Amino acid sequence: MAKKRIVSTTINGTQRDFLCEPRQTLLEVLRDTLDMTGTKEGCSNGNCGACTVQLNGRPVVSCLVLAVEVDGATVETIEGVACNGTLHPLQDAFLNNAALQCGICTPGFIMQSKSLLAENPNPSEHDIRFYLAGNLCRCTGYDKIVRAVQDAAGKMSSCCEAKV
Amino acid sequence: MSTTEATPGNKYTVIGTRPIRHDGVDKVTGRAKYGGDIRLTGMLYGVMLRSPHAHANIKSIDYSAALKLPGVHAVAVCDDFPDAENKIAELGEGAVNLQHLRHNTLAGPKVLYRGHAVAAVAADTINIAEEACKLIKVDYEVLKPVLTAPEAMKPDAPLLHSNVFTNSLGEETKTLSNVAKHFRFETGDLAAGFKAAKVIVEREFNTATVHQGYIEPHNGTAMWNSDGNVTVWCSTQGSFTARQQVAELCHIPVGKVKVIPMEIGGGFGGKVSVYLEPVAAILSRKTGRPVKIIMNRADCFEGTGPTPGSYIRVKMGADANGKITAAEAYMAYEAGAYPGSPIGAGAMCVFACYDIPNGKVDGFDVCVNKPRTNAYRAPGATNAAMATETVIDEICEKLKICPMEFRLKNGVKEGSRRVDGPVYPRIGMIESLEAIQNSDHWKTPLTGKNRGRGIASGFWFNCGLKSAATATVNFDGSVALVEGSTDIGGSRTGIAMQFAETLGISVDQIIPTVGDTDSVGYTDVTGGSRVTFATGWAAYEAARDIARQMTQRAADLWEVPADQVKYENGGVSGPDGKRLSFKDLVLAISKHGEPIVGRGSADPQCPGGAFATHCVDVEVDPDTGKVTILRYTASQDVGTAIHPAYVEGQIQGGAVQGIGWGLNEEYFYDQSGVMRNSTFLDYRMPTCLDLPMIEAIIVEVPNPGHPYGVRGVGEVPIVPPPAALANAIYNAIGVRMTQLPMSPPRVLHEILAKAK
Repeated sequence: MAKKRIVSTTINGTQRDFLCEPRQTLLEVLRDTLDMTGTKEGCSNGNCGACTVQLNGRPVVSCLVLAVEVDGATVETIEGVACNGTLHPLQDAFLNNAALQCGICTPGFIMQSKSLLAENPNPSEHDIRFYLAGNLCRCTGYDKIVRAVQDAAGKMSSCCEAKV
Repeated sequence: MSTTEATPGNKYTVIGTRPIRHDGVDKVTGRAKYGGDIRLTGMLYGVMLRSPHAHANIKSIDYSAALKLPGVHAVAVCDDFPDAENKIAELGEGAVNLQHLRHNTLAGPKVLYRGHAVAAVAADTINIAEEACKLIKVDYEVLKPVLTAPEAMKPDAPLLHSNVFTNSLGEETKTLSNVAKHFRFETGDLAAGFKAAKVIVEREFNTATVHQGYIEPHNGTAMWNSDGNVTVWCSTQGSFTARQQVAELCHIPVGKVKVIPMEIGGGFGGKVSVYLEPVAAILSRKTGRPVKIIMNRADCFEGTGPTPGSYIRVKMGADANGKITAAEAYMAYEAGAYPGSPIGAGAMCVFACYDIPNGKVDGFDVCVNKPRTNAYRAPGATNAAMATETVIDEICEKLKICPMEFRLKNGVKEGSRRVDGPVYPRIGMIESLEAIQNSDHWKTPLTGKNRGRGIASGFWFNCGLKSAATATVNFDGSVALVEGSTDIGGSRTGIAMQFAETLGISVDQIIPTVGDTDSVGYTDVTGGSRVTFATGWAAYEAARDIARQMTQRAADLWEVPADQVKYENGGVSGPDGKRLSFKDLVLAISKHGEPIVGRGSADPQCPGGAFATHCVDVEVDPDTGKVTILRYTASQDVGTAIHPAYVEGQIQGGAVQGIGWGLNEEYFYDQSGVMRNSTFLDYRMPTCLDLPMIEAIIVEVPNPGHPYGVRGVGEVPIVPPPAALANAIYNAIGVRMTQLPMSPPRVLHEILAKAK
């Protein structure tokens, strides 16, 4: 077994240091070492998007990122999306639009959608479908997810204080 | 929790509204605990060793080297399970032979498919367990595999089992065969029916094996305590069913097993059978520590229960007026490694949408070297609809009759009799057709080159089965409702809504929880489109029980006879204008007397069949064969829509699974029986970029067999899509597709064949 490394990172605004093996993925460390199980495992080979987090502001599938790579980086996960107990407009929109059924893909969709709206506050339906095409949902047929993102985009752009 | 406005004309106050689900916040913040999220002190990790061969005898297994690896605590093989009886265990929606279940969980003398579990290791970490698996030496005698039903039915086909004899038309035979069963349904005079036909179309169809594709992998965590009690944490469609399977495989009483259902990340029929839970239990017994096992994605494809590939031949005749005169089907479904494909359901569904005066259906359950098949949303019906609905399209073309008109003319109504016998109660097949006929989609002409429109209908039985619920009235007027149905899509809210409706209180006052097997009465699986119907009924009974008790308590409070007190409109009314709301009565009686606890259970017998009709516009790329969906509308009779947004979600999600089945999804096998696409990249499920919005039209023909008219909703929307797409493709480019999936290479092949 390879020697463990110390990794220092910022997760959801808090400095976190952890020990990990070089072969461990960010997903494994988030879930198994840091007990942050909000980030979900669907396939562990980068094909489903359930484990999407933001790394230095960009969406990544955490199953394809080695944990040692996040040394010195900023990571944001689903646990950091709601602010002081207030849901993010995307989270509200997913609830109001019934955009989840089983909910296992939801954290990944919310993280990916958050990146989309940061890049493009007024996405068209096609923009949304293009940007979310790497996230699989097997329950909803995507209709209500796309509507939820449209809804959140509308609410966020009409409220200048909304944090992206 | 906010409640949006009720549907106009809704006679209910809670039913028909769209409240936010009670578990919603947990699920959008990552706080909900799914099976894979469980962590226990001292927990070990299990990994399964799986067969690299599709068909082989196991001559020996030597795991001594694995046990010596530091960090390894135990290895389990089939012999660690007690001998299973050759008996059938009923699992609610479906049944299982326990010997087969045992050998499927950990292979016995043979491996019967690539990915078949052979051994399991428990170790300190997953990595150590994986390393240990590599040290297990299995000596295989590799045998020739057989991969499709028609091949497996040949007399010289390799045999999977030495104890499977064909049950032919109800008779046990002495013939060793891969065909476990052949049965037949007949009605009327088939020959006379075909004689009366003006047009007869007969076609054969092949459909590929497909997977449910839930995003959450299978998982199972077990703790076998030193007192002999076993606790299991898992994502399952039925905690009581999981309990029964674990108990049967481990030869312990069900009372010794407690299953704690975690949140479940999709099932669609695939999470009814156990795969990991009994193995985790055995490893825990050996180590004295909790053991957790999670499948990787390849294991989910190769080692669980997909739904069968099939060979179907349908022959149908109609007279000059477009009335069906006769229909015949020959259907061979791949059971996979062990008998038990959904051929029975498929054979009952194949002509279920139409009035068939003269009919015959032959069904065959055929073992092949693929994973043991399992339920997948309306199991068996989608394959069957692909055949019937495209044959009907061809008949309509030959008779120059509109496919809508043909279906309206032949569609089943109350009193129609299915080929396999049952007579329909009040159903909504015709209404589902009319909803499409009246839709903006149907009324808008489709124009453009290589574009076409298709429609298809589908049927699913739905089922009832057993459910239980208990409810405790809190002193603040809220009610804790415990029910036994694991919640895959918002069902705890749909159940709470029926409970709230019955008591005339707000759904916000209800706190629904899915109980474990020690905390709630026996409840069958979350499957068969039964939860909102049957568990909703149990909640209705629990609410009525509470209303009865509240009535008595109000009578005591007012010192009047109980028969002068009535529970109505969310409170109690008594003589002389006496009136207390539910909450006020609770506050008034909370200081004195016993707590109010309601119980309800149900085993309803009339689920009311579900019918759906879908309409799709496509554009086919003549150079590549790629099919693009331009517009999609799905109508369905849902009885009463308890939570319309969740009903729409079921329709949309089911339709999209059907679209995936129709256009892209398949288990792609090489000749040695190895699946070559066991990842989500290569097993191509629809992404949001592949789809337009899916318009869902809710048709409400209340089910007379339910207090609120509920019919099951979840399954039937997967049935029509492949056939609707095939009909649209024909309408677009003039080629008839008879194979699923209708992937670009297959469509292109037909385009090129037609051009010759």
